[in-house]
Amino acid sequence: MAGSPAVGWIDIVVILAYLFVTGYLGWLGYRGTRSAADFLVGGRSAHPIVMAVSYGATFISTAAIVGFGGVAGLFGMSLLWLTVLNIGVGILIAFIFLGEPTRRLGHHLGAHTFPELLGLRYQSRGIQIFAGTLIVLFMPLYSAAVMTGGSVFAATQFGIDFDVALLIFALITAAYVIPGGIKAVMYTDTMQGFVMVFAMLFLLVFTYWTLGGVTEAHRALTDMADLVPGPLAAMGHQGWTAMPAFGWGAQSYDLWWTVITALVLGVGIGVLAQPQLIVRFMTVRSRRELDRAVPIGAVFILLMVGTPFVVGSLSNVWFAQHGPLLEGRVAEVIDAQKGRALVTLMKEDSSGRWQPIISPKTQAPAQAALIISERRAAADADGEAFELVAGRSATVVYTKGDADQIIPSYIAAAMPRWFGVLFFLALLAAAMSTISSQFHTIGTAAGRDLYERIAEKGGRREPSILVMRLAVLVGLVLAVTISYTVRQEYVVARFTAIFFGLCAASFLPAYIGGLFSRRVTRAGALASMVVGMTVSLFWLVFIKAREAGAIGLVQRLTDGKTSLLSAYPNWPSVDPIVVALPAAALTLILVSAVTRPPDEAHLRRCFPERRP
Amino acid sequence: MLGIDDPWVVTAFLGAIAMAVTGLAYGLIRRNVAPDELTQEDRLWALDEKKVDDEL
Repeated sequence: MAGSPAVGWIDIVVILAYLFVTGYLGWLGYRGTRSAADFLVGGRSAHPIVMAVSYGATFISTAAIVGFGGVAGLFGMSLLWLTVLNIGVGILIAFIFLGEPTRRLGHHLGAHTFPELLGLRYQSRGIQIFAGTLIVLFMPLYSAAVMTGGSVFAATQFGIDFDVALLIFALITAAYVIPGGIKAVMYTDTMQGFVMVFAMLFLLVFTYWTLGGVTEAHRALTDMADLVPGPLAAMGHQGWTAMPAFGWGAQSYDLWWTVITALVLGVGIGVLAQPQLIVRFMTVRSRRELDRAVPIGAVFILLMVGTPFVVGSLSNVWFAQHGPLLEGRVAEVIDAQKGRALVTLMKEDSSGRWQPIISPKTQAPAQAALIISERRAAADADGEAFELVAGRSATVVYTKGDADQIIPSYIAAAMPRWFGVLFFLALLAAAMSTISSQFHTIGTAAGRDLYERIAEKGGRREPSILVMRLAVLVGLVLAVTISYTVRQEYVVARFTAIFFGLCAASFLPAYIGGLFSRRVTRAGALASMVVGMTVSLFWLVFIKAREAGAIGLVQRLTDGKTSLLSAYPNWPSVDPIVVALPAAALTLILVSAVTRPPDEAHLRRCFPERRP
Repeated sequence: MLGIDDPWVVTAFLGAIAMAVTGLAYGLIRRNVAPDELTQEDRLWALDEKKVDDEL
């Protein structure tokens, strides 16, 4: 779908003014005491709103808004289960049950990064290096998702090429990250959080208002179930306000397994093991500060993920009511009374005759289910008369099947122009606050967890600052390269889900065990991390069809199949987390049970509050 | 309900709001319950953290 008119000078002025304010706040942060650590050093506490919004802004990125919002536009409101988990797990469980133990353990042991926390807890240099390596290698995948999300939006909103948008986005990121934006200046994060809140509130209210209210909008979406594109219906799509068909053993259940295991569970549970979020708990002053951040965090996440999921789904109603007219010849009547039909899409050539539009994907005439509003006589390529129909369809038809385009296309088409610029700023804010913490994590993992630990064994312990900066630069180049190279179906959401799932399977059992159990051993933790990572990667490369097919190794081994289990329906749609996380947890328990428990003195240091 | 026929989707829609309300209630109830003291260990940790941040 075509974007809005090219970027105007007012847009540029507004964006530059915003970047200037962000830079100014960051600079003020350096001169004063505005980072979380500064607050602790000064013996004061950050306001709960600052703490919660700053955490939320790190949590939520363009991946959630553009990527997952677009997936909701494609698959529907079943994705709201992810919102339930984002709040229930990402805020309630994380803050109430994990926040304080993490903070205490980190401070007792003097840990400053997540790999260091695990390494010190289990007295294992190997664990620290393993965790650091995993972060350095795979975090750029998540950064790429964030960058792609922002670039896709900028390209659509300002009518520029994706490559140009990505270059601009990368330059802004580099300008923000390299000179020092990676320091967690909480007031900058908070300002960015407030821009995001305003944009989301306006987007939500405007969308419901335009579509006639909450119930009216949902009802219209429910009534569009017969417009679901054929390929999605074959996977089990039953409409945008219905869960996908549930079952096992047939292709028609694939969508349920994709939505629930990969998107909902992978990301919903994976958030607990995100290194850049876990370290935030250590910068908190006390349990009370954590408790006070819960309500703001919960409402913030509701707005940030609930809004794009609802709006993404409802964009289908807007396009079906107000989208540009599509034209063609009826191929099959779906519902004569409601004027719905499967239409072979056509365009008029210079001689006034109508030719079918060929789909670049299938190389066959493109078809779409339309709500027909106009009919007239026309002539086809052979000069024969036929009835030309015109009508509107679901968003995915306008974005040619690209879910990542759904939110940008909706905002460019449905919202006022000024909001498009504001939303771009909100996305920029969401991206920068997340990216800054991602690169902070990459930098410290490379410097503290890899370089210092490896150099330590060689008898040297050089300053790691240069290594940290180099890692940030390499990570940035890697993320941009991935964004530039990989442009596939809902890639933003998939990259995010892959990274979250990988973190959950590799880190979660060892992290939770390290916080709450005195019996978990070093060998158990390391074995669990290795099993979690290995099973996840094996599943991604050989079993999960979408990822394995893109990587291509399995096709070479099996003469073109996209999964080792392609003969067994649904297995190729199951996310690695479903297998890898239980395997890792079981490994942790079994290996710990048969290996020597940690020494008592170390446990007293880890948990001085507890009696043995 | 609310224009959505599938009870699982209605549950998710209302469940997300219920989660946020639970968070609000929790914060209200626990507002001043937990201790809020800064130990020497916390302060030393923060000094070290600040050093790493500043260097980076």
